[in-house]
This record gives sequence, structure tokens and C-alpha cells, in this order.
Amino acid sequence: MIKPTLGERIFDIVNYLIMIVLIIATLYPLLYILFSSLSDGNRLISFDGILLWPQGFSLDGYKAVFSNAALMQGFKNTLFVLIVGVAINLTMTSLGAYFLSRDDVKLSRPIMMFVVFTMFFQGGLIPFYLIVKAYGLTNTLWSLILPSAVSTFNLIIMRTYFQSLPKELEESAFLDGAGHFTILFRIFIPLSMPVVAVMILYYGVGHWNSWFSAMIFLRDQTLFPVQLVVRNIILENDNANMIGTTTLAQSQSVAETLKYAAIMVTTGPILLLYPFLQKYFVKGVMVGALKG
Amino acid sequence: MISLRKDLTRNKWLYLMMLPVLVHYIAFHYAPMYGAMIAFKQFVPARGIWGSEWVGFKHFESFFSSIYFFRVIKNTVLLSLTNLVFGFPAPIILALLLNELKSSLFRRITQTITYMPHFITLVVVAGIIRYFTLSDGLINDVIAFFGGERAAFLQQPESFRPIYVISEIWQQVGWGTIIYLAAIAGIDQQQYEAAKIDGATKLGQIWHITLPGILPTVMIMLILALGNLMNVGFEKIILLYSASIYETADVISTFVYRKGILEFNYGYSTAVGLFNSLINFGILLAANYLSKKVSQNSLW
Repeated sequence: MIKPTLGERIFDIVNYLIMIVLIIATLYPLLYILFSSLSDGNRLISFDGILLWPQGFSLDGYKAVFSNAALMQGFKNTLFVLIVGVAINLTMTSLGAYFLSRDDVKLSRPIMMFVVFTMFFQGGLIPFYLIVKAYGLTNTLWSLILPSAVSTFNLIIMRTYFQSLPKELEESAFLDGAGHFTILFRIFIPLSMPVVAVMILYYGVGHWNSWFSAMIFLRDQTLFPVQLVVRNIILENDNANMIGTTTLAQSQSVAETLKYAAIMVTTGPILLLYPFLQKYFVKGVMVGALKG
Repeated sequence: MISLRKDLTRNKWLYLMMLPVLVHYIAFHYAPMYGAMIAFKQFVPARGIWGSEWVGFKHFESFFSSIYFFRVIKNTVLLSLTNLVFGFPAPIILALLLNELKSSLFRRITQTITYMPHFITLVVVAGIIRYFTLSDGLINDVIAFFGGERAAFLQQPESFRPIYVISEIWQQVGWGTIIYLAAIAGIDQQQYEAAKIDGATKLGQIWHITLPGILPTVMIMLILALGNLMNVGFEKIILLYSASIYETADVISTFVYRKGILEFNYGYSTAVGLFNSLINFGILLAANYLSKKVSQNSLW
């Protein structure tokens, strides 16, 4: 063991300091939202300076979130898109990945190029919008599900994983009389649980966080997913009239904490779960980084 | 070699499995490419894409001669270049620093925390940016504490680029390190031993061993970033901008969105979008070609 030199020690100390500053800079905005959501609205409005703990304590913001009809309807819509969407995503992605992982099919290479090309060239927002509209999907929740049924990036991740499975498994299954569907769903998928978990997470987070398609495709407010409702609340302040409290001052105070509570309720679940799921996400990035 | 017809019969079940996926790509990726031809038409929704009348390059000409042309091109290029110059090296530097941390527990904690913002939806990130940059918001409180002037940053054109780039780094820097950390982990440890014996300093080791070791990964990431140069994060801009800062914040894609979705100028807007895609695709091809020449790294 060589003794660390003075230069190395200075390097280490500076490095640790940089990391601590980075941690604070990353966490503080999130803590700020948490503290604000738990604060007393009136005190929060009049507060100036760096918020280091909640101003007073009140759960009014959270109560307002859970009694807000638009937000609750938003959760229902998002849940529908999430469940139906991820089921379709998984089915389509595994079917595609199974086909594209095989080198004994003549057209699998050209079809792979056909698929990958769409990563580099798109028709553009307006033609996309007009096409979805022409299919009659606008103003239905299907406009949030069908156009994103397969993500090319995820398809490549799964294909790479399938390619790494031993060929012998498949051959012996064939001898036992299994068809392609049986091999995919009874052998490949059960052996690919880590990558299936990655797919569920990637697609799931995507559906949970998305808002833009909803904004362009949906007119009917009762169909809005939760992130679009949250967007309207935090960016357009059109919430005071949705709370239904009696006095103006009271509604202003609740409106102030409602914004933060809505953020916590829609972002909190992912952030709480995420440390446990982190290794799967990281695995997805790694597999995806391999060349297809 | 067997014939295609034979292959199609023999693997009919496989092709059948691929069919829904193919239909998806045709319906939602290739149909819009076909639809992009309304850039050359006077699109009338009732007459459809094919039935509308051809107008040639009229929409392109009116975009090139409009007062917006110079502004949106300039904003797109400046915003993405600023973002590339500051945002691209950030995860590389962070990965190098993370790799040098002695305590693996501290490294894991730092990683877990810095990955987190990646999972926050843009809606919320935009909300945080908005609240923090208000004239009575946190950043101004700090500025006022040190005796500075308060300002509504999100209403000032000159503040938009820094706000965009800094928040982008805040959200993505940790996540971006994953791939570089994996590349660093693949470097042969014996090289470091040898360098230490030769008396190389810490920075010397990073410069002469680690950086060359991750260069292929850096090149691939750079080509991909260049290929996306003209696609600045337009969802974020839409959430953040307002008419008062169009001067610096309006980029090609937000302009397409406003003209097309909000003002129903379908043909014109599509022409602008197509122009953007073509430039992008051109940059990607050029970057890939150059990288292949200079460092033997390429996407295909």
C-alpha cells in the first residue's frame, strides 16, 4: 500500500465537498416542495427566505387534493392508461423482440432496419397529430395508449436479451412439439424476468409522467390524466374555484398548499419506490447501451 | 439460400407474431412520414392528405422569408449548443469524480440521490422552476439577502437559456453517469497500478488512462447528442415559456406546435417541421461520418 500524497488528499477532500454540494442541490428543491406541502398556507404565502422546515403544520393541502374531483378523476384515467397501456406494451414488445432476435428468418434484418429508421427520422408533430385524428382516436384514452404501443428503444433492449438466451432450450422445446407462441411465453419470458421488470418500469414511468399527448389529443376534461390536471393546477393557477371553500382568503391559502400537495402525491410514489427499483433501471440502461 | 416464398410459408407463425408490431410501425411512424407531404400541399382536412391541392415549395418559401425564420433557427441552435457545451461534459466529469470516491457507501448514496430527478415529470420540474424563479421566490430571496436586485427571471428573455440549461443538468446529470461508470468499470485495473509505480498523479491517471478508456463511449454518446441537436426539449419549453420571452425561447419545434396545433396552419407547420427533421438527419449522418473517420466509432 502506497501512502497517499498530499496532492491526493487534497483531491479527495475537494471531491467529497463537490459531492456534498451536489447532493444538497439535488435534494433541496424536492424538500422545498415537501415542506411547502405540509405548511400552513397563510404562513407560507407571507414567508420569505430559505425554507428549512414546514411553516406551521397543516394537511389542508393534502385534504384538498383528495377531495378534488378533477385530480381524482385524473388518477383513475392515469390508472387505466397505465394498466391497459403496459399490458399492450409488454405483449407487443415481446412479440417484436422474439421475431427480431431470430437470425433464421429471412426478413428479420430488413425489418429491423425498417424499425430502427424510425428512431432517426420522424414525420413530425402535425402529420402525427392528423393521422391519430384520422384514425378517430382523438378525445379517447386510446390516443394515449396505441400510438406509444411499442418503444423502439425498449424493443432493442428486449431483443438483445433474447439473443443472449441459449439456443439449446429452444431446440429441445421444438423437439417436444412446442410452437413459437409456447416458446416465447412459456420459456423466453419466464427466463427474462429481469428485463421484463425493466420494461414494466420504463413503460410504466412513461405513462405515469406523460401529459403532452393528452394535451393535444383530449378535449374532454373528464379524460385528462393526472399530470395534465396537475399541470393546469401548478402552471395556470385555475384551482381556486375547484376547492369549494367559503372565503376568498381561505381558498387562497388552501390553493397555495394544494399545488405542492398535488406535486407530492403525483411524484412521491415514484421517488419512494425508486431506490428499491434503481438496480433494474440501471440494468435497462446497460442492456440498452449495447449495440443492436 | 431458400426463396422468400418458402421462408414466408415455413415461418408463417413467426411473421404472424410480428404482424401487429409491423402494423404499429406503419400506422404510427410511417403513415406520419407519408403525411408529411402536406408540407407541399394546401391541406384541407375535408379533402384529406392525398386530395388536397399541391402547392410545391410555397410553405417553405413563406417560412424562409418570414420574420420568424431567423429567430427560431437562432434560438434552436443557440439553446441546443449551450446545452451541449455545458450538459454533455457534466455527466462525464461527475462519473470521473464518483469513480474516485473511496467510500463505496457514500458513492452509492450520491448516485441514488443524483439519479432521482430523472424520474420527476417535466410538469413538476417546470413547476419547481417557476416557483423558484418568481420575483418573491427562493432564488430572488437569496439574491436579495446578498443585497442584489430582485427580478422575474422567467419573464426576462436573457435568463431563459441559463434557466433551461441549468435545470437540464440538475435533472439529467446523475442519470447520464450510468453509462460512463459502466465504461470506467471495464478499464483494466493493471494500467492504474503501473501508472502509480511510474509516479502518475491522480489527475494524470484520469487524463492518461480513464479518459482514453471511455473515449469510444463518449464518441457514441456525442454522435447521438449531435443527432438530436435540433430537437431541444420542446415539452419543457412549452411548459416554461410565455409570449414575453419568445425572443429567446421560441425554437423550431415550439413554433411548429403553435402554428400547427394552436393556429391550424397544418401545411405550413409541417413544412417547418420537415425542414427541422432534415437538418437533424443531415447532422447525424455528418457526425457519424466524421466520427468514423477520426476515431473508428460509428452507429452503423
